[in-house]
Amino acid sequence: MITTLARRALTASVLALLSHNAFAQETFKIGIVSFLSGQAAESFGIPAVNGAKVLVDAFNKGQAPAPYNKPGIGGMPIEVIYVDEAGGATKQVQELRNLYERDKVDVVVGYVGSGDCLAVAPVAEELKKFLILYDCGTPRIFEDNTFRYVFRTAAHATMDNVSMARYLKARNIPVKTFNLINQDYAWGQDSRKDFILSMTNLYPDAKAGVDQLPKFGAGQYGTEISALMSQPADLVHSSLWGGDLQAFVLQAGPRGLFKKSQVVLTAGDHVLPGLGEKMPDGTILGARGAYGLMAPPSPLNPWFWDLYSKANNVYPVQAPYRMAQALMGLKLAAEKAMAANKGKKPSTEVLAASLRGSEWMSPGGKIRMALSNGQQAIQDSAIGRTQWDATKKMVVLNDIQRFDAECVNPPLNVKSEDWLKSGFAGAKCDAKPAAAAKAADKKPAK
Amino acid sequence: MNLALTIAIDGVTYASWLFIVALGLTLVFGVLKILNIAHGSFYALGAYVTATLVSLAASWALPPAMSLVAMLLAAVLVAVLVAPLTERGLLRFFYGRDEVLLVLVTYAMFLMMEDLTKLIWGANPFYVSEPYGMFGNIDIGNQTYVGYDFMLVALALVVGLGVWWGLNRTRFGKIVTAVIHSAEVASSMGIQVSRVYMLAFAVGIFLAALGGAFTAPMLSVQPGLSVGVIIISFAVVIIGGLGSIEGAAIGALIVGLARALAVHVWPVAELFSVYLVMALVLMFRPQGLFQRIQARKI
Amino acid sequence: MTLSALLLRALVVLLVLAGVGYALPSWMQFMLTMAMANGLVSLGIVLLMRGGVVAFGQGLMSAIGGYAAALVFLNWGITDAVLLALLGGISAMLITAPFAPLLARYRGIFFSMLTLALSMVGYGLLVKTESLGGSDGFNMGRVTLFGHALADDEVRFGLYATTLVLTLVSAVLARIYFLSSRGLVTRAVRDNELRVEYLGGSVSQTMSLNFVLAAFLGGMGGALAVMVLGHIDPNFSYWTTSGEFVFVAILAGSQSVVAVMLSSLVLEMVRSFSSAYFPNTWQLALGIFLLLVIRFMPLGLGSLWSKTENPSEKQS
Repeated sequence: MITTLARRALTASVLALLSHNAFAQETFKIGIVSFLSGQAAESFGIPAVNGAKVLVDAFNKGQAPAPYNKPGIGGMPIEVIYVDEAGGATKQVQELRNLYERDKVDVVVGYVGSGDCLAVAPVAEELKKFLILYDCGTPRIFEDNTFRYVFRTAAHATMDNVSMARYLKARNIPVKTFNLINQDYAWGQDSRKDFILSMTNLYPDAKAGVDQLPKFGAGQYGTEISALMSQPADLVHSSLWGGDLQAFVLQAGPRGLFKKSQVVLTAGDHVLPGLGEKMPDGTILGARGAYGLMAPPSPLNPWFWDLYSKANNVYPVQAPYRMAQALMGLKLAAEKAMAANKGKKPSTEVLAASLRGSEWMSPGGKIRMALSNGQQAIQDSAIGRTQWDATKKMVVLNDIQRFDAECVNPPLNVKSEDWLKSGFAGAKCDAKPAAAAKAADKKPAK
Repeated sequence: MNLALTIAIDGVTYASWLFIVALGLTLVFGVLKILNIAHGSFYALGAYVTATLVSLAASWALPPAMSLVAMLLAAVLVAVLVAPLTERGLLRFFYGRDEVLLVLVTYAMFLMMEDLTKLIWGANPFYVSEPYGMFGNIDIGNQTYVGYDFMLVALALVVGLGVWWGLNRTRFGKIVTAVIHSAEVASSMGIQVSRVYMLAFAVGIFLAALGGAFTAPMLSVQPGLSVGVIIISFAVVIIGGLGSIEGAAIGALIVGLARALAVHVWPVAELFSVYLVMALVLMFRPQGLFQRIQARKI
Repeated sequence: MTLSALLLRALVVLLVLAGVGYALPSWMQFMLTMAMANGLVSLGIVLLMRGGVVAFGQGLMSAIGGYAAALVFLNWGITDAVLLALLGGISAMLITAPFAPLLARYRGIFFSMLTLALSMVGYGLLVKTESLGGSDGFNMGRVTLFGHALADDEVRFGLYATTLVLTLVSAVLARIYFLSSRGLVTRAVRDNELRVEYLGGSVSQTMSLNFVLAAFLGGMGGALAVMVLGHIDPNFSYWTTSGEFVFVAILAGSQSVVAVMLSSLVLEMVRSFSSAYFPNTWQLALGIFLLLVIRFMPLGLGSLWSKTENPSEKQS
């Protein structure tokens, strides 16, 4: 008995030693911060984390398509620490410091909330550590500050409302009056302002009517819907998202708001899988990029679509795409830096130089780090119109139109608000004909 | 259409919803002297259990009317299973402590229940919207309303009258009132105060869960549901007077109408109209509009 | 304890903590600094708790102090850390002073709810004010210390030391205040207001003064927090933030000032480690911790070593 015990102990310790050796191999440590609880979890945080999980797994196994087919990052296995973004900006500043200094991560990829982004960016800069903001929308990050080690691999929120206004104009949708309903906090207030300015440029005679700003998380919109319908307008604009948007659609749909006015939802794609048939047909919506059903044709998108859908039983909407483009950009930049450094992990300075101004292909199209000294990305966007497809049992998007990055993002060295007020001076839009109704070569979800 | 009528209808429908949700809170405070921050969590629990039961009913191909029964059942289940557990297993240890301390205990409960519901039901949203269309639409003027909202008004009346009748016209109600006035004296009269506490808490939780159950068809049931109702329920019961049922009704009406007025006439003010009313009431009539006069012990 | 003994003790603590802090890694220095800044806000609550009321509005005080410090930094070019901290405290004090006599009239749950409501009104106002960044808030740069610009490797310890000194000074002053006649009257007010009035004390004046002092501490704590974080947003004034300050005060109990700082640190650590080990269930972990504390520490941590008060008094 004792010998069996001794033998087991020996085996265990040998295995422990061996596995310790295996993990003693250097890893590329990434801290991923997103909402794992609270109202943004279901719509943005958890899908992004799920996207990260399948992607990192594929990267480590070397199963991603070229140019992402090297295992790990430059051969180094990727190790991820997930942190919940909930709890407020104060907590996030502490958590970021812990990630860099206690957990010794090489890079942090994170942040959905604009307030959190604004709070953590200077911290990373002060610590001279590498930070990628993958999701937050406010243009203020790089317009109010300059950074060397902070990057945003997705276009900011100005693109959403400019694309929406341009879509309406390109489709010749008549808008003489428009109502607005947005959440009363920075995101909603900024979206509302951006849309009104964009409409002033494209529909100079249109008048804004009812302007509702319900509390974030209100969930009950009966009164607001009455107000929107008692002064009906041609268009109802909303940047509502998550549970609030779902509640709004469920409450406004039966009351006929979507029939009385054309409803446009600038960030609405993420509610489609859940709402399904409940989403009224003909709603125009955006995904804050060319994502999901509106992704452009490329070999990357069907691969990513399948990879995500198989693991999560639902097709990917905007959040996992944005996470994917961040990780892909990081992988390429790091591998380029490592190649020049004999395969060793690059320093923050070298990694930053590598990512700055770079461009890469992602499932959502080409990402170009073109603004703010090469640290702010621009990308194409897409807008589409919903329709319930009874045979596929899902909502599909028709009349999809994609907009060039340089058409809907401000040009170099121009602040977003100034650009909007100048009438989109410098925007490069060639009159694209109405894009094909079926978007890209992705397989429909089961 | 007449703006005043729209505001009145919106105010009353919103107030009915508020009343159902907030009534349990005021009851629990009145009897147990606990201002229950976790009230929103029980509301969310009611919504989640409803989602499970209604989808069960749908999968058994039961007629749509059964979904209303399912909602009622969900609230009962929450009250019967969760309330005794919480009250006996947790709150009991903190009785007699400072009121504010109990508020913190309920805050801890709220935190715990957030994660527990997420562990049980996951983070994905549940939709249980079939019942929402059960009562068709009603056209008043040029506005279309959903019949379900008016059903809630009826439900609020039923619930309010039921609780009032239970407190004022039944023997048990009189016992509860005695405990509300003075638990010490009631206990010395032979009333089993702990049993009263448990039952009152159960009824309070039932009402919270009922609110959640009947709200579930109107929105998507997901994490974060509880946070939206906590502050607004507080406002209602503070305005009406803690522990008073008529107060909860009037408080709900005031908040509902104030909000409807703000939304239709001055949307900018909507965000803090509720807090402002709450602060004003607290400043000029802190016991609320209907609070019972309590003798102060020297 | 005599004044000189108290001062000596404080000096020793200062030297020990400064020395220890110097040796700690940067993330721990940050955590300790935040714990102390938050501890100051909670100290304000303890001040009021000794009078029998629990303020749920200290978040608003810290927000006022924080926004004041940040705005002065950005617009008037005052960059000295100590000056900004004091300015934060003074601005909170000035804004509260007109309302203090009004607020001093309320007790119990109503006082708590009123302060909560006012704090939420403040939150609403801040969210709507786009020039202050609305709900996203805004950033603040690096502070200086007595005219000396802080280099990258000095800033962590510089802020830590500043906060440490200010905290200790406040702690000593608080202790002196607790033992002063006004401080003792506060305790009497908690036990029985009517008798205090009959004996000639003024309940209203005492509570107003307490309120104003608590506001000062809250504002100073908020200003320090902003300097350490480099960012401020309306969440400082949200009811859950105030709730955490109250929790720390309750955990500490009203006996010992040191307990307040310790409790603040404990909360920071529990939050941080819950988040690291339970990323999906940190709220559950935090809730359980809160319950255990409230259950098993009825008089707070301070009761572990303070025996100056009657243990059979009404529990806090």
